Amino acid sequence: MALTVLLICVGVFLGSGVWAVLGNRSSSTSFWVYSFSLAGSTLALCVAVVALIDTEAPTATLQLPIGLPWLGAHFRLDALSALFIVVVNLGSLTASLYGLGYGRHEQTPGRVLPFYPTFLAGMNLVVLADDAFTFLLAWEFMSLASWALVMAHHRIGANLKAGYIYLLMASFGTLTLLLAFGLLAGADGGYDFAAMRAATPSAGLAAAVLAMALIGAGSKAGLVPLHVWLPLAHPAAPSHVSALMSGVMTKVAVYGFVRIVFDLLGPPDWWWGGAVLVLGGVSAVMGVLYALMQHDLKRLLAYHTVENIGIIFIGLGLALCFQANEMQLAAALALTAALFHVFNHSVFKSLLFFGAGAVLGATGERDMERLGGLIHRMPLTAIAFLVGSIAISALPPFNGFVSEWLTFQAILLSPKLPQWLLKLLVPAVGAMLALSAALAAGCFVKAFGASFLGRARSEAAQNAEETDAASLTAMFLLVLVCLLAGILPGYFMDALAPVTRQLLGAQLPLQQQMQWLTIVPIATGRSSYNGLLLFAMIAVAGFLAVYVIHRWASHAVRRSAIWDCGFPDDSPAAQYSAGSFAQPIRRVYGAVVFRAREEVDMPAPGDCRPAKFHVHIRDLIWDALYAPLESVVGFVADWLSKVQFWTIRAYLTLVFSTLVGLLVVLSIWH
Amino acid sequence: MALIYDLFVQVAQLLLVLALAPLLTGYIRKIKANLLRRQGPPLLQPYRDLLKLIRKEVVLAENASWIFRVAPYLVFATTLIAASLVPTFATGLVFSSAADLIAIVALLGSARFILALAGLDVGTSFGGIGSSREMMIASLAEPAMLMIVFTLSLLAGSTQLSSVSAFMQGPDVGLRVSLGMALVALIMVAVAENARIPVDNPATHLELTMIHEAMILEYSGRHLAVIEAAASLKLLLYFSLIACLFAPWGIATAGQGVVAMAIGVASYIAKLAAGGLLLAVFETGTAKMRVFRVSDFLGAALMLGLLAALLLFVSRSV
Repeated sequence: MALTVLLICVGVFLGSGVWAVLGNRSSSTSFWVYSFSLAGSTLALCVAVVALIDTEAPTATLQLPIGLPWLGAHFRLDALSALFIVVVNLGSLTASLYGLGYGRHEQTPGRVLPFYPTFLAGMNLVVLADDAFTFLLAWEFMSLASWALVMAHHRIGANLKAGYIYLLMASFGTLTLLLAFGLLAGADGGYDFAAMRAATPSAGLAAAVLAMALIGAGSKAGLVPLHVWLPLAHPAAPSHVSALMSGVMTKVAVYGFVRIVFDLLGPPDWWWGGAVLVLGGVSAVMGVLYALMQHDLKRLLAYHTVENIGIIFIGLGLALCFQANEMQLAAALALTAALFHVFNHSVFKSLLFFGAGAVLGATGERDMERLGGLIHRMPLTAIAFLVGSIAISALPPFNGFVSEWLTFQAILLSPKLPQWLLKLLVPAVGAMLALSAALAAGCFVKAFGASFLGRARSEAAQNAEETDAASLTAMFLLVLVCLLAGILPGYFMDALAPVTRQLLGAQLPLQQQMQWLTIVPIATGRSSYNGLLLFAMIAVAGFLAVYVIHRWASHAVRRSAIWDCGFPDDSPAAQYSAGSFAQPIRRVYGAVVFRAREEVDMPAPGDCRPAKFHVHIRDLIWDALYAPLESVVGFVADWLSKVQFWTIRAYLTLVFSTLVGLLVVLSIWH
Repeated sequence: MALIYDLFVQVAQLLLVLALAPLLTGYIRKIKANLLRRQGPPLLQPYRDLLKLIRKEVVLAENASWIFRVAPYLVFATTLIAASLVPTFATGLVFSSAADLIAIVALLGSARFILALAGLDVGTSFGGIGSSREMMIASLAEPAMLMIVFTLSLLAGSTQLSSVSAFMQGPDVGLRVSLGMALVALIMVAVAENARIPVDNPATHLELTMIHEAMILEYSGRHLAVIEAAASLKLLLYFSLIACLFAPWGIATAGQGVVAMAIGVASYIAKLAAGGLLLAVFETGTAKMRVFRVSDFLGAALMLGLLAALLLFVSRSV
């Protein structure tokens, strides 16, 4: 029943996509497309939440006579897919709501409206698919629809490059996933997931599938070093689509990885977890360091997605390590942490992209060096963006902290692992996680401070106007979720219990039974956290302090000019910029990671030329991995282009010799 | 009845840290002055400073936003709650299950986040320089702190401060290399987090290397008083943390009688006095380092913490 309703929702998305193409180009099309998307995702969200919470609900399957004639299209709704349906549709609900307001300013709605609901349909179908063909078809659907959305503003040169790289990486990712499913299906070609689950691949085959899944899903999710398309493509799309791509589509990629590795592939080897841990740790630290070097608000957010995907994969890697050693409870804790972070990241990343979109809409600027002082002009957006910033920096009382806290608790269980390599690896990964959390806080002080605080650095920022009501509603809906998941995490963790039970056969103790809504992942004497109590205590202490001081002491306020130690400068250029804020961190970390060089050109006294300051930053991953690949492909393409100018005789000879060659190979083979 | 008694102990602890924090600051200043053969201000001077500041009007920059006005109270409340959750004279406090050591570190992180934003709010170069350096230092100090937490909680099998403290009092502790490393790293982090010499100088204004003082340069009146109170609370918090983890002697446990509590309070004050003396001697004998040497200093703390944790991971005794 629930599955049917979800497929009907997908039908609604597809239908409104078609309608956007056929329908007239009047301004009401935008309204109706977003309204239908909103209705569809609200319905899907409700159905999925019920399916996830209701532990009695059986796994629903459905087979439709479409797709490959001998296979059909299989769909399935179990706890794992219900969770990701919730994540997808919470994101698309708020994005559609946001789009109702934001989409009105779209200059080329014809390039956005048909693809937006199609994109939503693709993401939902990936999660519901229960055979490899449907899964890959939906995956490509999702990739191509989002590619079209990235190319919506195709007249900007940078977007063309972004779209090109995205298309390449997406095709490459799908190719490796295709190979992974091919290996899983085996020689008999059992392409439905039930057959794959039943089969037990050999150790070598399983390792190959793991590698393919890591590359395929990892390139879509943004694992370093496959992340290069992400900071180019995510910011290029309209902001609500950026939110969906960064907040939700990367989670669909995580779903793909979890489905293949935890569900289809069978029991893991211990070193799988180690490999995933290393990739996760490196992504977490590199992602946040890249973000710190950025001045473009949306690109900074996209790099933070790389960081958070790293944190999620750290949790998944830990879960694999524990599962391989049959420590099911610890594995359940690590998996709960990872999945909770999946949910949390989708919430606050969408929120932050909405805020960035509101800033972009109000000022036309993404460059933080040209923003500033927006807290006065856009007070509500500022509050929403601030909550998102605190949440993503993993600070209490918001939700980002809870999932990172759970990850730390999982790390603290790892000395019981018997393998020496893991014993050495896990504390190092823990240090990387701590480092990335601390750097993220620095990065968001920079992002919020440079955009919203201080004085306006450009005319556009000076005259910005608060964004529309629909966008604000979407943002504050997410603010509420951030706060609720932060102060009442027990309910959210309990909702994840069916998923860990399905994948690992174990679950954490039910958190609702704990006293005072405290969360206790393992045992009371070991560790506990109560966000609600902390929040209440801080609120009470804060209000008491305000009351006492204003009751018995002065409450006089005098407004005056900036003091700045007696040397104020009226020019907004004199204040600290985003680049100067990041300078100490760049000096500490950037010299190694980015080969950052600072070049100061200071004219001699008497010389009237302006002084100049340049920072050179190199992207070593691009230089080491992608640039050589690019030059090889370029060389081969140049060489092959000669083929285009052959004569007809030469072509015929080529065709004939190929045919003969293939026949020879075939005859030797048999 | 027991609950009321526990609640009373919790509130007593909160009021104790609130009352003692300025005294500790005054005490350290007094000893530093004495070491330099000056008479120094009286012990109660910080209280007088706070009272004086509270009575003055606030001079607010024209473009200051609500963040600038709310930040002092948020920072104060967050630091106060964090400080009251660290056991001072008694463990097993009634609210101790609300936050373990990781959460206490994160609470301090929240306070720092808000204060760094306030430093950027008016849009001055001094505020910016302070915020940016504070976050740079935090980016090294926080992971170092978490590595110390890892070390301690691996040993004690818990991240709960009460359990760790009880473990350190117990017979299973013994002398361990990891603990020594963790103690050294914790002291280094504490020095950096509280803006003490050699990382920052709490006594100077207008020196290009300053960090914390630059960040709060635009503050005045009651806002400044609240921030100063929060800073001395944070210093006291780190003293209590080191005392309850590495010198847990005399701490009462939950539910014990009034006598045990009194012994706990007395030993706590003795520990603060000893710690303050050590800090004053250390600060007087050290020169401030350049700001970009701080990364080496804290990098060493991080490596010590990581080594301590690694040693425990590979040793069989866990």
